[in-house]
Amino acid sequence: MLRVFRYWVTLYRRTWRGSIVINVLNPLLFLIGIGAGLGALVDDNAPAQIAGVSYAAFFAPGMLAAAAMQNAFLEGSAGVARAAGFGAYRSATPTPLRPEQLAAGHLLFITFRVLIASGAFIVVMAAFGLIGGWWALGALLGATLTGVAFAAPAAAWAVGVRKLRHIDTVFRFVIMPLYMFSGTFFAVSQLPEWIRPVSYLLPLWHGVELCRTLSLGTATITGSSVHIAYLLTLAIGGFLVARVTYRRRLHP
Amino acid sequence: MVSTHPLVEARDLTKVYPARGSTPEFRAVDGIDFALERGESFGLLGPNGAGKSTTMRMIAATSPISGGSLRVLGMDPMKQGPEIRARLGVVTQDDHLDNELTVRENLHIYGRYFGLPRAVIRERATRLLDFAQLQEKAGDQVETLSGGMRRRLTIARSLINEPDILLLDEPTTGLDPQARHILWDRLFQLKQQGVTLILTTHYMDEAEQLCDRLVVVDHGRIVAQGSPQELIHRYATREVLELRFRLDERDTAAEKLRTSVLATGGTDAEGRVELLPDRVLVYTADGEAALATVHAMSLTPLTALVRRATLEDVFLKLTGRSLIE
Amino acid sequence: MTTVAVPAWTRRRALALIERNFMIYRRSVTPLLNALVEPILYLLSIGVGVGMLVGTVPGVDVPYAAYVGPAILATTAMNTAFNQTSFGVFIRMRVEKTYEAILPTPLSVTDIAVGEVTSAMINGLLTSIGFLTLMAVGGLVTSAWVLLALPASLLISYAFAAGGLAVTTYLRDFPDFQYIQLFMLPMYLFATTFYPLSVYPEAVRPLIQALPLYHSIELVREPALGHLSWDLLIPVAYLLAFGSVAMYVATRRMTRAMLR
Ligand SMILES: Nc1ncnc2c1ncn2[C@@H]1O[C@H](COP(=O)(O)OP(=O)(O)O)[C@@H](O)[C@H]1O
Ligand SMILES: [Mg+2]
Repeated sequence: MLRVFRYWVTLYRRTWRGSIVINVLNPLLFLIGIGAGLGALVDDNAPAQIAGVSYAAFFAPGMLAAAAMQNAFLEGSAGVARAAGFGAYRSATPTPLRPEQLAAGHLLFITFRVLIASGAFIVVMAAFGLIGGWWALGALLGATLTGVAFAAPAAAWAVGVRKLRHIDTVFRFVIMPLYMFSGTFFAVSQLPEWIRPVSYLLPLWHGVELCRTLSLGTATITGSSVHIAYLLTLAIGGFLVARVTYRRRLHP
Repeated sequence: MVSTHPLVEARDLTKVYPARGSTPEFRAVDGIDFALERGESFGLLGPNGAGKSTTMRMIAATSPISGGSLRVLGMDPMKQGPEIRARLGVVTQDDHLDNELTVRENLHIYGRYFGLPRAVIRERATRLLDFAQLQEKAGDQVETLSGGMRRRLTIARSLINEPDILLLDEPTTGLDPQARHILWDRLFQLKQQGVTLILTTHYMDEAEQLCDRLVVVDHGRIVAQGSPQELIHRYATREVLELRFRLDERDTAAEKLRTSVLATGGTDAEGRVELLPDRVLVYTADGEAALATVHAMSLTPLTALVRRATLEDVFLKLTGRSLIE
Repeated sequence: MTTVAVPAWTRRRALALIERNFMIYRRSVTPLLNALVEPILYLLSIGVGVGMLVGTVPGVDVPYAAYVGPAILATTAMNTAFNQTSFGVFIRMRVEKTYEAILPTPLSVTDIAVGEVTSAMINGLLTSIGFLTLMAVGGLVTSAWVLLALPASLLISYAFAAGGLAVTTYLRDFPDFQYIQLFMLPMYLFATTFYPLSVYPEAVRPLIQALPLYHSIELVREPALGHLSWDLLIPVAYLLAFGSVAMYVATRRMTRAMLR
């Protein structure tokens, strides 16, 4: 498994310059454009309306979780589908590894990438005074867990995907709506009463809430435990399914 | 249209690919002359890299010439590209079919590129699908076609505008023998209908079958021209004796043959002995007699074959190289 | 060395390429519908969702969503057109080799460029019509002048389709598209899509006003909010000039690259 992980890290060292654009810059631009820019309008109109903090402080942890989801999903789906389709899984290793080792190694690598990208984002948040102290470490772990909760099920599905177009479709119709309506940009409590329970079921909402309460210092043991349990279930469940689907695709 | 000038006329035609990055400039066509009359079928024969495709692209007005002059259908390809292309059919070396469209749609849209009315295209497409034996495939995506079918569709597509000249760049390279024979049959049919053909090939048998007149090109220059029979007559003999020896005997055998009576021929083709990696060729007017001489010299070839000379032999004589390495 | 002349384009021939692109679209409208998904999500989450927090934009007396809607419409036209001539053309040029088959026909490279840009403009117009319809259904239309968004979307599509085509001639491989993202995403976020120019410090404003998307948004948003003035000629002139310069660069570079 570590060998697989090392393979991906070596590959990453060669291509990181390109992916850094998407992984790190993309959420930072949103942080500035939406958090600071649009935040100026929000704060003028309704100072401290949401959770008693500035819009930027509200939005930044949401963006942190959402970016972790997007990065993890893309690498877990397109990255895995390409590796399965173009043979990286076979050429990755001098000796034949068991499919679950391939899955675990790749997921470990994705975790590592999400960790790095989230870390970079949190450093910027800290520079803007949007987070500080030990809470930052908590938010970093929260964001990484959010990523794994998406990467594992994505990999389990994508290892069998033969057309990258399908990944586009899922991104557009599943990931984008999650991104928009899981409390990233506005609080779920603003939604009409009847639709709120739906939001509470969304995995990204748990990621966002976990990161937001941790970064605002309002986290409770119970609340965080629920979020962590939900996300862990997805991550572990995803990995268990991946063991089966990897085997099916790679040793048909 | 009746015209007195040649359909295609090249004088000192030259193509220099400009330097790009670290690759220096390259003279792919180095001053060639030829003229082509209506109804003729004309072949450019040469090994890979000889400059055949480059010449074809210049004739097709899709590659600017670098020097000399070129007239196609009496027009200047540098200035009247669209007018010239309107009257050509082009089959490029690689099939560039439109993979997003079906077989029939490929024909349809190609006709539209030529500005043909839809009704005309519809009628021609049906006829061309017939010609290319692709009626059953009309509604299929081109991705599902075999190599031979793709080639036939490309040829059918190039005929949609009923061109005055059909240019075919290595029409049968990469096809299996059966697909090649189907294609030859189709092309021969076009030739019978009086379509002017220009084709490139590195297959001698193809050139012999389809071309009235040939130029042999090498390193961007013409090294010989004439009808297939003329070329064979001039650069080869009527017959060729092919001998295979055991590996350890080959060189001594060849040496013996070189100094024997067989190698003292009168014309420059007659009596030549060629040593190839796997066999020895003896050019002679009478193969059986030559074989008898070989036996009389107490040489014992593993196999001996007497055959008619082909353009392959011409090429070997002209360039010292076998055509397909 | 003789140089390649860039021949003039002919309407009939360029039309054939449009016909080709629409033969493919005819089979499915998914690409056009897909192009609408993202802008609708942004309109709902930021326009409506965050809009509840914003109230109204200073100096504008319409709901925030009605303020953001026209800007998102402009970005929709931009993205639709730009994607067709960047991603789409790159694939047709390098992967599918579609144009290799077109070169031996009477079409010139200029015809191909014009055909692609025109197809992109039609797509930009179609998605704009779709988005405008949804805005109207959602009650976000406040002035009849919003209909000017449709000719505006053609102009925006022209500018960005030509721009995309020009940029594509510089790309070597797929990873290079990330550098395009590096320009397109900040422009999307900062070119006054979500808030007015007045949010920026005085010194930054000229920078924003230099962006083509800024002018595209002006051209759609001002009439949509019922503000008509001769000032609208500035974005019109800007987009025309931007598109035409890009078109010139694109046809020259494409001709040189394709007629070797
Ligand atoms: N676009 C190009 N740029 C630079 N060199 C080229 C180009 N096309 C062909 N060449 C070079 O010109 C020579 C002749 O090529 P080509 O005409 O394709 O030969 P043929 O068709 O006889 O195999 C080759 O050495 C080839 O590498
Ligand atoms: Mg060639």
